[in-house]
This record gives sequence, structure tokens and C-alpha cells, in this order.
Amino acid sequence: MSAYAIDSDRIGEEALESPSAARSAGGPASKRVYVGYGFWIFILSDMVMFSAFFAAYAVLAEARAGGPGGRQLFDLTNVAWETGCLLVSSFACGMASLAAASRNALWFQVAMAVTFVLGAAFLGLELSEFAGLTAQGDGPQRSAFLSAFFTLVGCHGLHITAGLLWLLTMMAQVVAKGFRADILRRILCFTLFWHALDIIWVAIFTVVYLMEKTP
Amino acid sequence: MKLLGRLGWDALPLDQPIPMIASATVAAAILAVLAWVVIRGRFPYLWREWLTSVDHKRIGVMYTLLAMVMLLRGFSDALMMRSQQAIALHSQGYMPPEHYDQVFSAHGTIMIFFVAMPFLIGLMNFVLPLQLGVRDVAFPTLNSVSFWLTATGALLVNLSLGIGEFARTGWLPYPPLSELKYSPGVGVDYYLWSLQISGIGTLLTGINFTTTILKLRAPGMTYLRMPMFCWTSLASSLLIIAAFPILTATLAMLILDRYLGFHFFTNEAGGNVMMFVNLIWAWGHPEVYILILPAFGIFSEVVSTFSGKPLFGYRSMVIATMAICVLSFMVWLHHFFTMGAGADVNAVFGVMSMIIAVPTGVKVFNWLFTMYGGRIRFETPILWAIGFMVTFVIGGMTGVLLAAPPADFVLHNSLFLVAHFHNVIIGGVLFGAFAGYEYWFPKAFGFRLHRGLGKAAFWCWFVGFYLAFTPLYVLGLEGMTRRMQHYDVPAWRPWLLVAAVGAAVILAGIVCQIAELAVSIARRETLRDVTGDPWDGRTLEWSTASPPPAFNFAILPKVRGRDAYWAAKHGAQEQQAPSSEPAYEALETPRNSATGFVCAFFATLMGFALIWHIWWLALAGLAGAWATFVVFAWRDRVENLISAADVATIDRENRRARLEPLAARTS
Amino acid sequence: MSEASDRLAGAELNLAPGDEQLDGNGVAVGVRGYVIGLVLAAGLTAASFYFCFSGLIYAPAVPAALIALAVAQMGVHLVFFLHLTTGPDNTNNALALAFGVLIVTLVIGGSLWIMANLSHNMLPMSRVLEMQR
Repeated sequence: MSAYAIDSDRIGEEALESPSAARSAGGPASKRVYVGYGFWIFILSDMVMFSAFFAAYAVLAEARAGGPGGRQLFDLTNVAWETGCLLVSSFACGMASLAAASRNALWFQVAMAVTFVLGAAFLGLELSEFAGLTAQGDGPQRSAFLSAFFTLVGCHGLHITAGLLWLLTMMAQVVAKGFRADILRRILCFTLFWHALDIIWVAIFTVVYLMEKTP
Repeated sequence: MKLLGRLGWDALPLDQPIPMIASATVAAAILAVLAWVVIRGRFPYLWREWLTSVDHKRIGVMYTLLAMVMLLRGFSDALMMRSQQAIALHSQGYMPPEHYDQVFSAHGTIMIFFVAMPFLIGLMNFVLPLQLGVRDVAFPTLNSVSFWLTATGALLVNLSLGIGEFARTGWLPYPPLSELKYSPGVGVDYYLWSLQISGIGTLLTGINFTTTILKLRAPGMTYLRMPMFCWTSLASSLLIIAAFPILTATLAMLILDRYLGFHFFTNEAGGNVMMFVNLIWAWGHPEVYILILPAFGIFSEVVSTFSGKPLFGYRSMVIATMAICVLSFMVWLHHFFTMGAGADVNAVFGVMSMIIAVPTGVKVFNWLFTMYGGRIRFETPILWAIGFMVTFVIGGMTGVLLAAPPADFVLHNSLFLVAHFHNVIIGGVLFGAFAGYEYWFPKAFGFRLHRGLGKAAFWCWFVGFYLAFTPLYVLGLEGMTRRMQHYDVPAWRPWLLVAAVGAAVILAGIVCQIAELAVSIARRETLRDVTGDPWDGRTLEWSTASPPPAFNFAILPKVRGRDAYWAAKHGAQEQQAPSSEPAYEALETPRNSATGFVCAFFATLMGFALIWHIWWLALAGLAGAWATFVVFAWRDRVENLISAADVATIDRENRRARLEPLAARTS
Repeated sequence: MSEASDRLAGAELNLAPGDEQLDGNGVAVGVRGYVIGLVLAAGLTAASFYFCFSGLIYAPAVPAALIALAVAQMGVHLVFFLHLTTGPDNTNNALALAFGVLIVTLVIGGSLWIMANLSHNMLPMSRVLEMQR
């Protein structure tokens, strides 16, 4: 081996001077891009988790152990209200992300507050449905079908709860820190999360509620 | 409601000498190490440089260390099973059934989740950013959280040795046996919570690595210029993202059954046990490839480096890897051919299982052709690689045999199956992990491992493996089923004795490995490698110092082709000119953070509390973990600035060290 | 990566998921996208609820119609709320989604197929109880 080889392997002297120039040559992506991408992958993994709960629900939907089925139990008016709340809250969340993009703190807080209220209303409607079912003896212990129903819908509800906690934290962070780059990245992740929960809800109201009521 | 839930003095196994003595010894050892650390005043160093480190290299080393310690635990279980079966002809042996059942359950759980997984994740952690030519993984603090959650899981499993009991259900807790009615103790709960907590860590790792590989690469490092290990790590991370959520969901359903009286998998109220079997294997089969794919990557690097040739058939290797990644999600039923599926379903999954052997075969031929015509240097890493090729091909062929449903009806649940999966997991995953350990150790610590002891360890493992597992194939064909605490067929005895001898030979291999590490550390000055490139490497990790500085590369390398470092090395060699000193710039490294450690502390409290039904403590642990994250989110300084002068000092030191042998040789 | 370089990527090849490529008067265009999304999603939801009861569709085809509407609505959410496009800046995001959809399909479809086959082959519980008697 040539003597020079020991040092000449030091490649890098030709590397580009500034990070921005390096990126245009295909170097590492900007932090906003890869943070968003990482969170996007997390959301996809979450969807896979939901798919396991959906599969369990679909398999156990007929396993009622002599108990009632969805046709007797579900109230579609309630579901319609829930769907409306979540859809409009998703829209409000989009408004919040636009406000953040144009650095408008007032509109951001207003839009986030609307998102929170609608999300909390959704959660309240869901909890009242659960409480009603449990009170009339049709809780998750009643049958495999009800176990799967409570778990699938409840898992979505837990996500909404976590999202609401996160939402409040983001409102406080914007007050305390302003629209700093890392805060903006977290807002991006939060909006991804909130919109994704709405997508999962579309699957839930179709597969769980409407399918049970089809003639 | 009791303040301590189900926890009481009767949780200590005072009447069982083996776990009692074992856990007392381990506890004493841990206390002695802690005392030594504190007395020598090393704790601040440990805390600052390791426990709170978010440096991917440090985290990688800690993962590997965790895996090695857990290997000792899992292997002691193996020795106990082999010795029990060696003596338990017409007798009860020395372990009662309820203890034996815990031993084989713990052996499988620990070896898969806390040896194989952390070993490979540790190597990926250490190597990936270096091979990609970047300064860290995408989410350094999250990386630390992942590690500490994995450590929490390992801690909980090992706590079960001294406090309470472990599952007696096998490494996958099939209901209804694992339901509350038939397993009322805390064993299954230990299993469930330790896997849920470490599973979150694994999922975060998968997200982290996928983002790193897809979004953070040195300039010019296109997809088809990435080293093979990066490709296999990408496939493995994608599988983690796709498969681990299924495990989480499935175990959550079992938890709901056990804790809240749900009816997913119970015999009553419409529960369906087969749903558990179906879902757990929808995770379980991809898991097999999560483990083996990174090992394939390590072998690709090792074979290419020590043959002095570029990898043969790089593109076919990439295609094979990604094909395995997708196909691995279409074969899961072959784990339960005999549990009631019809001929049509069995045939489809049997054919798919045979098809997945094709890309694997492509890989084996590529490695052989890489070696063909090469000038092979028989260092320790390639010994593991060659041992792997022989062993894995045998394991793969028995696997194709088992993929045929009619054959599976004869062989399922027998020792033939046990021999098969040890053949691929030891011969594939573990040999791969050891090859990677030998190969990258000099990069991590700046000195090589002792060659003679390393080779001795390899030969002990290799011979011991065949002695221990070839008899199990025979026993399987003779009809011996797995997990037998005792038996009354005299014809099985000689084979089980041979298997026990094999386990003893493997033990000798492990002793050699411990000696290898100890001797190498003692003689580190003579084994020192100052060039940073001890093996005449081909990929970017060898272009930086050993051990690499915290920022890996003073200047991000610019990549012009495959085997980037080899090309640069030889390109410059032809020009007969050493590179000029680059213009150094200040750079930022992520600040260390206690988030991972603190979060794992609360996770441990929460897991332990949930196992023992101490609800107030579980809530406190959850609140603590959440508060930890809010505190983390609130901090203002997230990075340390390293000045251009400091970067220059560190990098010049490495350049000087590389030039010294050069000056000595030319004079 | 310095904070200064951390901007809404414009000229960059990559776009973060959820980020939108907005030129000129960004906010107005942004709001318009969300409004279109909201109207479409609300319409599709209303159609789902309506078809479920109205008897407008041939009854056995209702589940298929509901699934088609749900898939359409998910697409609307992805495009108008999550700003997922097929452009070159979004390749990685869309590929990741495709992988996710593949896995979800395999897990749900495979499970349903396998479990239906298993139940089909299993002795009915009543017969098992009879035999135990």
C-alpha cells in the first residue's frame, strides 16, 4: 500500500462549505423535513396498530354470546354529532397551522381553542355513549363483540385524549416561547396527528357504526 | 384495597433454592459494582458520559453491553434445561415442572427480546450514522429514551427471578393458558408489561433509523451507493414500524382480558383464542426477519472487506432485501399450519414460505461469489461469516422442509422445530452479531480484540452448536416434543447427553469471549490501532478516527460512488498526494439529556406497579413520565456548539496519528 | 442542523409531510384548500349516513358503497388536510403511506381470511359440548 494512502483517505476537503449548499447537493434534509417525516412514519405505525384492533373487531363482531348487537345498541344521531365535531375540529386545526405559518399568535390561539372545544365535545359524546352502554349492562365484559368494540373505539378516544393534552401544551408553549423553529415543528406534528385521528374515525364510523345498521 | 396491591413477603421464592441463590448472587454483584463505582468517585463520569449520553455511539455500546449481559442470563437458562433433560429419564430431575416451565419461557423471551434485538440495534446505532457519513441519528434524545425503555423491560424480566415468578406459558403466551383463569400469578403480567415497555422503545428505534437512513445522508450518498448494512437496516426498521404495533395491540388485548375482564381470547362469552395466535404471528414472522436482515448486512460488509472485493451483485442484494421485507408479511400462518386451517390456506402460506427462501438463496450465492477469486484474510469476523454460511444454509433447508404443510404435521412442536429455529437464530443472528462485534470493536474503542482467543471462541461456539443441536433434529424425528420436563424413552437419553456436552462446549466459547474482552482491555496498548482503519475497510466509518469524535466527521464527506472510502483511499493513492487540511467550521452536537434515564425510571415504577396491582404507584409513574417529557420540551438550549478551533484540534490529532506510521515507513 | 436553516422548505427537493407548497399569497390559498376539503368531506360523510338508511341503493351493495365512500373521504383528508400529493417533493411521504396501506391490507385481509377458514373448519361449539356430555 502506498505510504500516502494512510492519510490520503481523508476525504472531506471537497465537502461543501455551508449546510445549505450541502443540502442542494443531496446532503441531509432540513430538520423540519425529517422531523415531520419521522412523525409521519409514527402515524403510519399507529394505523397498523389500529388495523390489528379493526381485525379483532371484524372477527369478533358476530361473537355476541347471546348479548345484543350493534343494531340494538348504537345511536346514529350521537355518531353523526361526533363525526361533525371531529371534522370541524380538523378544519380548525388546519386554520391553526395556517396561523402558525403566518406567525399570527392571536388567530393561532383562537383556532386551537376551537379545536380543543370540538375535540372535548367529541370525547364527551363518546364517554356518554360508553357510560350509557355500561350502565345498561352492555359493558365490555358482556361479550367478545363488546370487548372488541370498546377497545377499538376506546383506543381512538385515548388518542383524542392524548391529543387534547398535547394541544394544551402547544398553546402554552406558543405563549411561553413564541413561534420558535422547534415549536413550529411540534405544531406540524400535532396537526398531522389530529388529521390522522380524523381519518381513523372515518374508518370507525363506517365499519363499526354504519355497517351494523345496514339493512 | 391494599396499599401494595398483591405484593407481599410471599413473593420472595424463599422455598426455592435455585432462583433464590441466583437472584441473591446477581443482586450482590450489582450492589458490588455500584459500590465500586461510587467509592471510586466514578459516578459523575458515568452519569455525564454514558447514562445521559445521546451520542449514537455511546448508546450503541450500551445496547450491546446490555445484550451481552442478558446473553449470560439466557444462556444459564439454556444450561439448566440441557442438564435437566440429560438426567430426567424416568425421574423428576432437579427442577420441578413449575420451575422448568418458567426457565424455558424466560430463555426464549430473553434471548429474542433482550439479546438478539438489543445486540443488533446496538450495532445499527453505532454503525449507521458513520456509514451514512452524518453526525448522529435523526432523533438523538429519542434514541436514548429507546435504549432506556429496553433496559427497563430487561430489568422487569429479571426482577421476576427474585420477586414473584415468570410466565410458565412459553415465550409466546398462548391463551387460554395465559388467561387469568389458568395463570392467576404475576408471571404472565411480568411478561406482558416488560414487553409492552421495551416494545415502545423498539418502535421508536425503528422510526428513528428509518428517518435517519431515508432523510440524513452525506452529500452524494444516493440510495444505490449506501453500504449493504444500511439497506438491511432500513428493511429491518421498516419491519419494526410495521410489525411492532401489532404486538402492542395483541398484548394490549391480553392485558385487557387479564386486568379488566374483557373477552378477546377467553373460552367464555365468545372469545376466540385463535385470534391471538393469528395476530401474534402476524408480528412474529416479520420479527424473524427484523433479526436476520441486519445480520445479513453485517455479513455482506465482513465478506466484502476481508475478501478485498466489492460486494458481488449489489443490486440483486438490494432487491432481495426489499423482497424479503415485503414477503415476510405474507407467511405468518406457517407457524400454525396444524391448528385448523384448511388445505387451501395452508397451501398458499406454504408456497409463500418456500418463495421467501429464494431471495435468501440469492444472498448466499452473492456472498460466495464475493469470496470467489478474492484474497481472503482469515481474521475473526470472517470466521463467523463462513461459519454462518454453512450453518444457515442447513437451517434454511430444514425451514423449507417445515414450510411444507404435510411435513409440518409430522414435525410441528417437536425438537426438530427447536433445532431448526436455533439453527437459523444462532447460526444466523447470533453469529452475525458476533461478527459485527469483532469487526467494529476497534472502531468503537481504538484497539483490536485478541485474535487467538477470538478464534478459540468461534471454534467452541461452532463445534458446540453442532453438538448441541444436531441431536435435536434426530430427537425430533424420533418423536420427542419440545418443553418436556421429564421423559421415559431410554432411546432419547444418549442424544440428550450429546446435546448437554454441546452446551458445555458453547459455555467454553462464552468463557473464551469473556477472556478475550478482559485480555484485550489489559493489553490495549499493544493492540492499539491509530489509523482508524485496521481492516483496510471500504465504507465511511473507517475514514474517521477510532474511537470517532463526538461529531463523527469534522467535515461531512462527499460521496462519489459505492464503497466510498475505498474509492477515495485508492483515488488519492494513485495521485500520490495526501489531502490538504480542510477549512474547519464550528458545529453543533446535541446536548446530553437525562430524559431517557428519568423516563425509564418512571416506566420501571409504572411497570412494576401494574404487575403487582399497586394502582397509585402506576398513576404516579405515568404522571412522572409525562412530566419528564414536558420538562424536556420546555428546555431552550438543545445543542452544544463546538468551536472551529476545537474541531481542528481534534481532527489534526487524528491526521497526525495517521501520518506517523507513514513517516516511520518512508524514513 | 442550525435553527436558521430551519425554514419552510421552498426550493428543497423534500417537503415535510403536512407542509404545503404555497406560492405568493399563501394564507388565502391555504384557507381555500381547507374549505374545499371540509365541504367534500362533509358531503361524503352525509352521503354515507344517507345511503345507510335511504334504501336508495340496492341493499346488498350498501356495504360496498359505504367502503367506497370511506376510502374517498380518506383520500380527501390526505390531499386537502395532510397535503399529500404525488409530486416529486412528496415521493418519500407517499411511498411510506403506500407501505403502510399494504401492511394494513395484509393484516386485516389475512386475518379475516385465516379466521374465516379456521371457523369454517372448526367443530361447532354445540357439538363439542354434546361430545363432552
